[in-house]
Order: sequence, then C-alpha cells, then structure tokens
Amino acid sequence: METVAKEFEGKLPQKIINEAVAEAKKRSCSKDQLKKIIQYLKEQYDDARITAGEGIGIVTAESFGEPSTQMTLNVFHFAGVAEVSVTQGLPRLIEILDARKEIKTPSMEIYIKKEFNKDMNVVKKVAASIKETKFADIVTEFTINLSKLQIEATLHQNRIKDLKLTPDTIAKALGEGLKNVIVTSSPNKITLKAKDAENELMEIYKLKEKSKDIFIKGIKGISQVLPVKKDNEFFIVTAGSNLKEVLEIKEIDETKTSTNSLFEVLAVLGIEAARRTVINEAKKVIENQGLDVDIRHIMLIADIMTTSGTVKGITRSGITSGKSSVLARASFETPIVHIINASLVGEEDQLNSVIENVMLNQPVPLGTGLPGLVAKMIKGAEKGIPKGKAKK
Amino acid sequence: MIDVFMDEKFIGEVENQEDFLKKVKDERQKGKLPNTLNIWYNDELKEVHIEIANGRVRRPLIVVEKGKSKLTAEHLKKLEANELTWKELFSQGVMEYLDAAEEENAYVALNEEDVTAEHTHMEISPSIILGLTTSLVPFANFGQSSRLNRGSKAQKQALGFYSANYLVRMDTDVNILHYPQNPLVKSFMYDVSKQNLHPAGQNIIIALMSYEGYNMQDALVFNKGSIDLGLARSTYYRPYKAEELRYAGGLIDEICVPDKEVKGYRSEEDYKLLEDDGIIFPESIVKEDDVIIGKTSPPRFLGEIDEFSIAANKRRESSITMRHGEPGKVDFVMVTENEEGMRLVKTRLRHQRIPEIGDKFASRHGQKGVVGLIVPEADMPFTVTGVKPDLIFSPHSIPSRMTVSHLLEVLAGKTGALDGRTIDATTFSSEPEHDLRKTLLELGFREDGTETLYNGLTGEKLKAKIFIGNMYYLRLKHMVANKLHARASGRIQLLTRQPIEGRAKGGGLRLGEMEKDCLVGHGASLLLKERFDSDITRIQVCESCGMLAVYDNFKNTQFCHRCGGNIVINTIQISYAFKLLLDELRALGIGPKLNLKSKYDDGSRTQRSK
Ligand SMILES: [Zn+2]
Repeated sequence: METVAKEFEGKLPQKIINEAVAEAKKRSCSKDQLKKIIQYLKEQYDDARITAGEGIGIVTAESFGEPSTQMTLNVFHFAGVAEVSVTQGLPRLIEILDARKEIKTPSMEIYIKKEFNKDMNVVKKVAASIKETKFADIVTEFTINLSKLQIEATLHQNRIKDLKLTPDTIAKALGEGLKNVIVTSSPNKITLKAKDAENELMEIYKLKEKSKDIFIKGIKGISQVLPVKKDNEFFIVTAGSNLKEVLEIKEIDETKTSTNSLFEVLAVLGIEAARRTVINEAKKVIENQGLDVDIRHIMLIADIMTTSGTVKGITRSGITSGKSSVLARASFETPIVHIINASLVGEEDQLNSVIENVMLNQPVPLGTGLPGLVAKMIKGAEKGIPKGKAKK
Repeated sequence: MIDVFMDEKFIGEVENQEDFLKKVKDERQKGKLPNTLNIWYNDELKEVHIEIANGRVRRPLIVVEKGKSKLTAEHLKKLEANELTWKELFSQGVMEYLDAAEEENAYVALNEEDVTAEHTHMEISPSIILGLTTSLVPFANFGQSSRLNRGSKAQKQALGFYSANYLVRMDTDVNILHYPQNPLVKSFMYDVSKQNLHPAGQNIIIALMSYEGYNMQDALVFNKGSIDLGLARSTYYRPYKAEELRYAGGLIDEICVPDKEVKGYRSEEDYKLLEDDGIIFPESIVKEDDVIIGKTSPPRFLGEIDEFSIAANKRRESSITMRHGEPGKVDFVMVTENEEGMRLVKTRLRHQRIPEIGDKFASRHGQKGVVGLIVPEADMPFTVTGVKPDLIFSPHSIPSRMTVSHLLEVLAGKTGALDGRTIDATTFSSEPEHDLRKTLLELGFREDGTETLYNGLTGEKLKAKIFIGNMYYLRLKHMVANKLHARASGRIQLLTRQPIEGRAKGGGLRLGEMEKDCLVGHGASLLLKERFDSDITRIQVCESCGMLAVYDNFKNTQFCHRCGGNIVINTIQISYAFKLLLDELRALGIGPKLNLKSKYDDGSRTQRSK
C-alpha cells in the first residue's frame, strides 16, 4: 500500500492520497485496485486543473460580473420580525470589492462559550452589556426652556435602573462628551446650559441634537443587539461593530465570533483573517441572491486584494496602482498621472500582460498567443527573410 | 414639546401637534394660508414639518371624515351641470392636494367601499395610480408592473397619426401609419385623453403557436397577404434644408445648378434632377447621395484664390445631398426667406416603409419582438371558417413574463370583433373575464378562445387547439431600413487612422471592450490581434537609441535623426494609435524608447519610457 502511495507522491496533493489509502485499507482493497483508484483520482484531479494559457483573470472577472448584473435590489424584509438590517446584494458586493473603510451596516455575530451558550440569561446579560447607550435612549422628553435658555431632559427611570446608571454618572458622561456646557443633575432631570451667555435659539437646538448622541455606556459603535437562537445555541447579532473590545469579554467564544468589517479584522486578526473575511462575505452575498459562482473565482479575487499585506480594493488607488505595467495602469483611470510618474523614474514596460499588447496590437500572451514557433534556419537562407522580421 | 420646522429650518415649538395640524389645515382650506402649503407630523422624530418649497409633487385626494367621503352624489351632479368647478371642491374642503410628506400622515382608501372610520382620504379612482400612457394598457391590473412600464414605453414609440396637418409640416424623423385604427379593447382613459383622435396601431388577428421555429425568442411571423393589403405600412418623412448664407465681404451662397468651373463639381449626370433654379422637382425618385438642392459657396479662406484662376473657379460646391443609405421620393418643395431675407429652400423626402424582416412590433403589454419570417398567405394556418392570422406569436413569451393581460386582450378582442362592439378594459374596472367567455360561447365559439387550425402547407388538422383572437398591435419606430449596416473597408479618421464611427458615414463596427474580453477569455489571441489590425502600421525603430527612425521611400534608405544613417534600424508592426501615443508623449516632453528583441529569442519585446 505505502509503495503505491509513494509512487504518486508529489503528483497529487498528499491529503487526497492519504484519504484514498485509508479508505482502501478500510475496504481491504488490493494493491492493484488502490493503484487504479489513485490513477483515476489523478485523472480527475488533472482534469479539474486549469490549463496553461487560460485567461483566469478575465474569466474570473466575467464569471463574477455577469451574475452580479442579475442581482436584484429587492432586499427580503421580514415584516414584524426583529432583525438587524444588513446591506445585501450589489451595494454590499461593491463595498467588499472596493474594500471600503466605512461600510454601510457594520454587523457582528458574537458566539458565546460552550458552557453558557444554552443559558438565555447569560446571553441576555452579555447583550445588554455590549449595547451602546446614548443619551437620547434614556431620556423621555427634551424641553427647551426659553426663559433660562437651557435644555431640560427628563430621564427614563426604569431604563436607568435596568442599565444600573445614576443621574450623576450620566451627568459625568455628558460633561466629558460636551464642551463648554454646564451639566447639572437632579434625581429625574438633567439640565444642560451653554457656558456662553448669548445663545441663539438655533444654537440651543443644535446643542440639544448634539447631546442626544453622547455616549453613556456599553461598547462604542454597537447600536443594536439581538440574541438569536439557532441549532439549540444562542448567539448575538449586532448592528455596529467593534471586534477588539468584544473579544475582551470573557464569556465570548473568540474562535467563532466574527464581524463583517474587513478593516477591523485586518487590524485585530491580521491579513490571513482578512482574506478569509473577503471570501466569506462575498460568498454570503452571492448565496443570498441565489446565484452560483465557483469559489475559486472568489478566492482569486481575495488573493489579489490581500497579496500585498494590506487589503486593497479593486479601484484606482487599490490593486490597479500595484500593476507593474505603466500602460496597463494608464489605461484604467487618470492616465496622465501614471505616465508622468513613470517617466520621472524611467520605468520600463515589459509588455507581459493583456492590455498593453492590445494597445500595441500584438498577440496577447494567452491561449493561442502563448506558443511560439521555433524554426531551425539553414545557413544562407537568411536573405530570404523579410527585413526586421528575424534578427541576430 | 414638539419641534416645528419650515422648509427644514427650526422655527419653534408647539404643545399639541394635533391641534396645530388641524388649525393649519383649516386655515389652508379657508385660503388664509397658501393652498400649496403642506404640513405633516413625523411621529418617530416628534417633529412637525411645514413644506412650502417649489418642486414637490402633489396629487389630489378626496377627503374622508368619520368614515364618509366628503364628495357626494350632489357634488357630482353639480359638476356635470357645470355649476361647480374643480377649484371650488378644494375651497369647500371636499378635496385636498397632498405632497409625498403629508401623505405619510394620511390613510387613503382605494375604493369607497373600503372606507372605514380610520381613513382620512380616498382615491378619485383606483386607476389613478397609473400615469397617462400606462393607463392606456388594457387589463393593466392583470399584468406585472414592470411589463406595464414597458407597455407604456412601447406606446410612446408606436407609429401613428401624430398630427392631422403633417403634410404642411417640416418635422424631422416623422413616421405616419397608413391605416391607423382605434383599438377594439381600450381603457376609459383612451377616449378621455383624446387618443382616439390620433390612433397608433391596428387591430390584427394573432395566433399563439409556433411556426417552423421562426418565431422563437420573441420573433414574430407575419402573413404576407396581410402585409400586401397594407398592414402596418407606414411612410417616413425627412426634410432637407438649404440656406443662402451671407459671409463677410459681401460674399453669399447661391442656390443654383453649379457651374462646371466650381471647385468640387460632381458631374452633369448628378445634377440632372435639378430644375433651372437649382432645386429638385417634386415626385422625382432619388437614391442615396443624390443631389437634391444645388448650391455653391464662396471660398473658405481668402488664400484659396490662387493667382491664375478665373473668378468662378474660387467658388466651391456645397450642394445638399440625400443621406447615406436613405432613398426616397421628393414629397414637397418649399421656397421662402429666412430672418435675414435670404433665400431658404426646404424639401421633404418621403419613403414608404413596408414591414420587412427585422422590423419591430409590440403589443401594449410590454411584449415586443421583431419580424422573423414573412409567410405567403397560402402557407398560413387557417381556421374552419378560413380565417388566417395576420401574425403568429410565440407562446413561450407568456409564462415567464406573466402578462396575463396580453391573453385577456386577445380574448376580449375576439369577443369585441365578433360581437361588434368595443370592450372596456379599464384598469380595475374592466369587463369581467367570465362575461367575455359567456359571450363567446353564445356566439358559437369555444369559450376559452381556442380554435381548431389547419396546417397551411399540408392541410392537416393541427393536433392542439390554438388560441386565436384579435389584438391591437403597434408598429414601433425602430426599422431595419434605418439601421442595416455593414462595411468591409472605407473611410478612416485622419488622426488615429481607425475607421470612422456611425452608419450615416459608412463607419466601422466597433469591437468594444467587452467583446475584447470575450476573445481574451477564450484565448483567441491571434483572432483578437487580427480584428484590431484596422489601423496597423509599420514603423522604423533605431536600435541604438530606441526612437522612431525614418524610411526614405525615394532613396530606399533608412536613417535615425539622432544617430544618422550608419546604424541598425528595424521595422516593426504596431497599431497606429500606439504610434500616435508615442508622438503625443514626445509632445509632452517625455521621450519613450522602444527596446526591440527578436521574438525568436524569448518571445517578448520590451518598451521603455523615459
Ligand atoms: Zn537613433
């Protein structure tokens, strides 16, 4: 058995060979049978491999681009069911491929350690502790006192109790968040007054709106939490994302917790995790739309986006700027910048890729343009060769 | 306290928003506040917004109070007797104009029967949700909304009878349908909007079946007999204009038969259709590029007058000719003056357009297609009574598009034609399907609209019953006669040496970016190169400095401007567009250099820019 396995070493991935050997042993196959099996596996494997000269770049672009034109903008809403809204479809795909730093709907899936994940109370407690509370969330009514030129906010007593807050702690948080404002607290009221005496009505209104956004408690950025039960296990879906601080909570299963923000993953977990996130997120979009794209296309895109060590979008400032060919870069966007910069350093273009060769009307180095014909010249026959065609 | 905003500016607060809203609305109805003001309350943000800005879309609704419509039968009677005006309905508070924001606060009932105590408003009619052209679609409530959009779009492109005085007009790009008809199946809006005064279609008999596969993928099969009888025949009109312009120095254009001495003189043959005044005579038959108005102009630059020429020589030919690819007959000639009192000549050309393969047709349900085959009348399938369809429509066009209204129109059209009346197909209030079926049955036909058909070629009975009936079909303005184009070689652009663009100039057909991707994706590299060979050029490159060298054709020598003649110079083939790029870079002060390598060494040439 092992000799057969040895024979194919290097011709097939070791994992496939090992699996075949293990399976053959279990079914007590003969040596010849195993050889036949692995031979067949090798044929299948070779068939699945991409042939030399295949334009995988363009095939990926088209395989990815065509289905995305069919993406519908109708997002499935589940009326009445509590859910966190997440950007889907084409807008989300553009976000991923452009590697946007600010995504429209950051969201996390927070998993709880095995020992707690069946206990609703623990999950609820974790959910409450990570939700970001803003001043507006704990106020029932804002009134502008025109005679005193101040804002009076009535506090929501029950909510304060739930969140274990006191008027003093709230006032302190407000004082940190707002500048040039005098904050005074009473058991059920918070009063805000600007330090400058001459306040216009519009200014006070602006202050009121500003105060609503002041951070009081929780994890910054997480505006909504939603405990969800799936396969007998609770986890938390959030709107807003803050991977670094969430991972510090001790009840959390850090091996499964994820965010859809590429750059947070990159900053906290590194480039390999970011590559995986690109694949997962793109795959999620495509599957949600009921479309089918081979995973290898998505992987190629993720590889190209992350191969430089940071996440680069498929944009003018992203991967296009990393192309080695001056002409290829110039043919995308802003050609003058690329040409001027190239001429300043005397860049050389090796004409190795498709676009440059189309521009020069040369065969592109793909498919039929790849093989060259080598002919042995008979001495003395060189005269017959047209000028410039063959030289040296 | 509730914040109040006017045009998104904070203006104050109110204690009770409901009282405030009611008060403002009352004042608006009384006319103390402008009628164009709208107010609404945002419950989420606890804000009242007053809108007075221009450009808001508003629509009229009937006010409902305590579960009862304020518009009563009495109002309707008075309206009919002209004792009440539309405006008075608003001042009486019977109706209101709401904008999109105020509608957020309204609870609108579609029908009077649906009105409950909670409702605040009621629609004038449920079909008011549709626009003008969309409301012309029959049985619109049985169709898919996106198909309705396409249906209304098709009606805007339909050929018809756009104006009764078209014969004395000089409009560009005009099509007139020869025998326009009003539809048998129409909506209420058809007559109200006076569409019946300029119809744009014909009632024809269609059969839903396949015919030798020539109507697959939305193609249509037409009956040649029907076309010979004038079905969907139209005339295309195009005006041509010539003006005698006045130039500096007292020089003017002259409309005349050009003199033989004129620069650019064609030939006597070319001017044979012109009368003595230089204008073509009406009803003459002209081909493409024929002269229709003879004209000469003064020279463009004074330098053009060279010493030895005689006076007439300096004028140049500037006649008006027929557009490329458009033959026709001269329909109308008009001679008048422009604002400056100069002679102005307009002629109108006419060309009859008989439906041919590739012409576009559509029903009113977003079902458009092009003619795929025109069948001799004898070969068309026929019914027991000898009726032959004018058009055969593919049944595969129906299920995925869910245009039930299309099928209903065929059924209704058949009923209407047999019963001798028009069928009301107004959205939401059309004649019910079962009534149509009942009438058909009473008239001695199968109630589902199907009939036994016989194969026109063999006379055999078709096994399936075929759905056949009348339908209003539109001929759309996209005709192959205006679009057919092919080219082998022809004019090129001066700058890039690539083929010029456009059918009218006999230009090339572009193999674009995406088509390029397709060839690359298939690895058809050499085919791609060949396709882009239209601007191929040979250039000489100096091997020592990499700059473009010169080939002297007379002396059959090559030399480099920098390195002289005694140097290795090679000829390469590249696209002229790239040579142009190199030239333009040089003009920018960038010196691109070409480093050549033999392609037999390692297969790549390199190029360096410096
Ligand atoms: Zn040189």
